[in-house]
Amino acid sequence: MDPQAANTISLDQLPEAGWATVSGVAVPADPAARTLALRLLELGFVPGELVHMVRVVRPSGEPLAVRLGHTTFALRRSEAELIQVIPAA
Amino acid sequence: MAAQPQRIALLGNPNCGKTALFNLLTGSRQKVANYAGVTVERKEGIMRTASGRRIQVLDLPGAYSLNALSNDEAVTRDVITGHSKEAMPDLLVCVVDATNLRLHLRLVLEARQLGLPLLVVLNKMDRAKQLGIAIDVQRLSRELDLPVVGTVSVLAHGADELKKALDEPLREAPPAHWRQPGVEQVLATQRDVLGIFNRTVVQPAVDKDPSIRIDRFLMHPRWGFVVLALVLFATFLAVFSGGDVLSGWIEEGFGALAGLVEGHMDDGLLRGLVVEGVIGGVGGVIVFLPQILILFLFILALEASGYLPRAAFLLDRPMSAAGLSGRSFIPLLSSFACAIPGIMATRTISHWRDRLTTILIAPLMACSARIPVYTLIVAAMFPNDAVAAALVMVGLYVLGIVAAMTVAWVIKRSDKQASASPLLMELPAYQWPDLRSLAIGLWERAMIFLRRVGTIILAITIVMWALYTIPSPRTNKQGAQRSIAGELGHALHYVFSPIGFNEQISFALVPGMAAREVVVSALGTAYAMEGEEGEVDEQLRERIANEWPLATKLSLLLWMVFAPQCLSTFVVVKRETGSWRQMWVMGGYLFGLAYLASFITYQLTNLFTAH
Repeated sequence: MDPQAANTISLDQLPEAGWATVSGVAVPADPAARTLALRLLELGFVPGELVHMVRVVRPSGEPLAVRLGHTTFALRRSEAELIQVIPAA
Repeated sequence: MAAQPQRIALLGNPNCGKTALFNLLTGSRQKVANYAGVTVERKEGIMRTASGRRIQVLDLPGAYSLNALSNDEAVTRDVITGHSKEAMPDLLVCVVDATNLRLHLRLVLEARQLGLPLLVVLNKMDRAKQLGIAIDVQRLSRELDLPVVGTVSVLAHGADELKKALDEPLREAPPAHWRQPGVEQVLATQRDVLGIFNRTVVQPAVDKDPSIRIDRFLMHPRWGFVVLALVLFATFLAVFSGGDVLSGWIEEGFGALAGLVEGHMDDGLLRGLVVEGVIGGVGGVIVFLPQILILFLFILALEASGYLPRAAFLLDRPMSAAGLSGRSFIPLLSSFACAIPGIMATRTISHWRDRLTTILIAPLMACSARIPVYTLIVAAMFPNDAVAAALVMVGLYVLGIVAAMTVAWVIKRSDKQASASPLLMELPAYQWPDLRSLAIGLWERAMIFLRRVGTIILAITIVMWALYTIPSPRTNKQGAQRSIAGELGHALHYVFSPIGFNEQISFALVPGMAAREVVVSALGTAYAMEGEEGEVDEQLRERIANEWPLATKLSLLLWMVFAPQCLSTFVVVKRETGSWRQMWVMGGYLFGLAYLASFITYQLTNLFTAH
């Protein structure tokens, strides 16, 4: 078993102030969700990139503010769920 | 020798500073219009290159990708892929944010497939230096096989290098092979971007952007809302207090002008037309210019500083209760100035139901044209109690917001296959607003308003004056001659008497369809009061205070909160939604809501005040 797969979580599970490495973006078959996934890839959520959770609004867990490179993005949970990350130890 | 560029287009991600650069290049030599068929603003201007040649510059709407998600992006894609009525530019200028090359370079690689000559502009070079980001420009140019220049769009000479580069002969364009990319292709492009980025950019290991620290405070679940409340409070305080002072000066000016004309013209029809019709009517509307401009100044400055997207982030959760996302916040905030720019600002919302809902509820935000009507009636209700008057005014604003959220909630509930609204939006780095861009933005708003006053409002004022002045062949019960306006008011009053409107109010609502604020001057004319602007206001207030029952005053206030009293809004809803049906849905539900609210208010108040 791939040792990395075990600790892969979706981005919405990353706690506030946490760091992680993107491992992939799920590309669903549904056309609207597929367009969204493509956009996430185009914005730079590609394997190997480092992300940082700036803010998560509790208790709803959304929206989230995520830092990627030199850009901060606001996402809803349904969007963050598409992004798989491996949290930094 | 190959030709030099004559027509260039600026392409870039949102927040790359493209518009500031456009403003720096073209200054006041720009023209704002709409692209054929859509209301995405089309900004074009003339600039001079270093050698003094005049060339045309088109500022394309910001786009992250040619794989368009929003209306804005679709327009950009269609223009540069040759699928629009626009002439193709002979040089595409790709503007990228030097502090954010990792994100912005991808669009350059995508644009390289279009088959157009390209020039890359590294904007915000000053900020990149501050953040310790070093870019090997020559290497970047070699890697991309494209000319690259650096600019600082907020400095007076910040674009000199670009102006020089625009005198260079055009390079041959690479072959065109752009197609809608799939997942594999996007990933491949991103690998190329990362390769180029790693070979040309050296940045500090630690992100020095102060935005992160500012965000911890401004997006704090508690302090964030405190700051937001203070910002909104300060904005509206400035609109009302600052606007009041400036409006007073304009009012005095028009009063003096009316006096001057009266002193130099013989009494008669023509003088009546000029003084009551033109000066009174137009002046009555122009006094609201300061309030509109102050509100826009705040909105433009807050947007340019990067704060508004944070406010949208904070409000995303509360707004989702009504079925909207934080993305609707900026359009709705603009609607407090005027629903038209508000509705146009919805074009960045990619989700169709969210966008339509926002368009449908935008007219419920108390636009600045309602202020004069509210002020007149509220002042007549509480002539000596400023606190009560202020509370009622706040109540009217809140009522509009609550109604809007309720309507949004109903729309969401009635949508059977409701999908989750997307939020995905960039929270750009904080920056000081560029003063040149602020000034140009305000100037544009002022011109749009004044053009409206000079054309449609002026025409309506004159027609109204005529309708009130030309006698009707019939006489009323008292044997006095009625004007045509009186006849119309009489006929309309059958529709409006159940909600307590008399003939004068009923008729004033008709010209009010062109612009709400005209209701005030129409009432003034209906009660046929002579005198200067300020005096008319005072006499009108007195007559309203003495002659209208409380139920009528309340009913008219409620009417103004809900009623679709503005034809321009109808037009823009039709244009933005591309549907007559949506336009009638908007008009119909607002009219129904207004009539119902006024009816209930009128009848209930009568019940309680009856002896």
